[in-house]
Amino acid sequence: MIEDEDIELLLTDLFDIYGYDFTSYSRASLKRRIVRLCSLDKFPSFAELRYKVRTDVHYLKRFVEEITVNVTEMFRDPLFYKALREDVLPILGTKPFIRIWHAGCSTGEEVYSMSILLKEADLLKKSLLYATDLNPSVLEKVRKGIFPLNQMKQYSESYIASGGHRDFSTYYTANYGQAKFDKELSEKIIISTHNLVSDSSFNEFDLILCRNVLIYFDKDLQDRVLKLFDDSLGSLGYLALGTKETLKFSAIQNKFKQLNREKIWKKIV
Amino acid sequence: MEENSVSQHCELLLIGGSAGSLEVLFKLLPQLRPALPFPVILVLHRRNSAESSLSELLSTKSTAVTGEVEDKDVIAPGHLYLAPADYHLLIEKDHSFSLDDSEKINFSRPSIDVTFESAAEVYGPGIVALLLSGANEDGTHGLLTIKEAGGRTIAQDPESAQMPFMPHYAMTHHAVDHVFAPQQMVHFINNLA
Repeated sequence: MIEDEDIELLLTDLFDIYGYDFTSYSRASLKRRIVRLCSLDKFPSFAELRYKVRTDVHYLKRFVEEITVNVTEMFRDPLFYKALREDVLPILGTKPFIRIWHAGCSTGEEVYSMSILLKEADLLKKSLLYATDLNPSVLEKVRKGIFPLNQMKQYSESYIASGGHRDFSTYYTANYGQAKFDKELSEKIIISTHNLVSDSSFNEFDLILCRNVLIYFDKDLQDRVLKLFDDSLGSLGYLALGTKETLKFSAIQNKFKQLNREKIWKKIV
Repeated sequence: MEENSVSQHCELLLIGGSAGSLEVLFKLLPQLRPALPFPVILVLHRRNSAESSLSELLSTKSTAVTGEVEDKDVIAPGHLYLAPADYHLLIEKDHSFSLDDSEKINFSRPSIDVTFESAAEVYGPGIVALLLSGANEDGTHGLLTIKEAGGRTIAQDPESAQMPFMPHYAMTHHAVDHVFAPQQMVHFINNLA
């Protein structure tokens, strides 16, 4: 049994020793992740988990990776991608140059999905995709562009449902149970660690995607991160969130207008 | 069944279901008295491509249906909340929801266990939890956690369930206080306060 006070102690350690600030993460989910890790790694008590995190910098890496959620997929919510294809990319295409930020991109399945959309709209050449996450190890996977082959059937179905017309398998080479995506798709991806809690804006973008990341933050942190996105968007830029996330009740809601049914907003001020 | 005022007390009603649970809900929801003095949370297994049609379907059966939960929605009495497809539904200390799209539990997202365990931490003895028809082990661990926290647990009578496995599994793991057929559930819920 892990008490709430234990969690507080651990979060204080993480900040004091390593500078990772998880204090504004949604408590229910964070606690569940910590309890899960404690049983997964068979710590006999919470105190021993805490000691390991405090003293073993290699374990810290695993700890951060495991308590943050790194579940993602290609073309998740196909209708969202359809809206990007039909309503957003044609507008962005009128610009001489397109900058896109995938904030909290995890292992990069969404970044590659976007790369495919851009290629099919003949816009990839003049685009740059910034892929950031706080976990260095997931970014290594983005760099490689290798995903499990057994996922491809589902990804292919989602791709078709998003309005894709090609044979999805032409985008990757299958080998040893892995699908390696074409180099052409990764050439325009710029990879960097970035912590939404503590790092500031680093560029101006035309489109920011941050899907199913804010759900792990409390209201205050959500507001701070949304302000960071607002500061990082050019005028008439787009912000895309997860299907159950919203700008409603946020401090920046009046500066944005929701495009349609999907969770895409256009900056109007 | 004799119920004194203490045992009629309810701060949160949880309902978990899988295959075969919809027909129970279609029977149950229209018979519940309007403006229940506590919130109701529904966690149902379903395909994630189902869009929002399930909440529309449910709202034809009860005016309390608020639709699928969005991140950070605040829990209020009299509302019936539906866990969204493809997310786990968690409850914060301040009685708001948070969502989580981490790994499936019991091959399910939303998982009944995840919501039940999370609710047990916040609402403890104020919980009444119902586990309906299904062909999955999900829910049993959640019911056990709720019992430990002092809440009350009910399983659908397997005899009445299209898929008896789920309530039966909970019963054989000593996670259940009462076993009710759908009509008894209606009576029980309508007498909670």
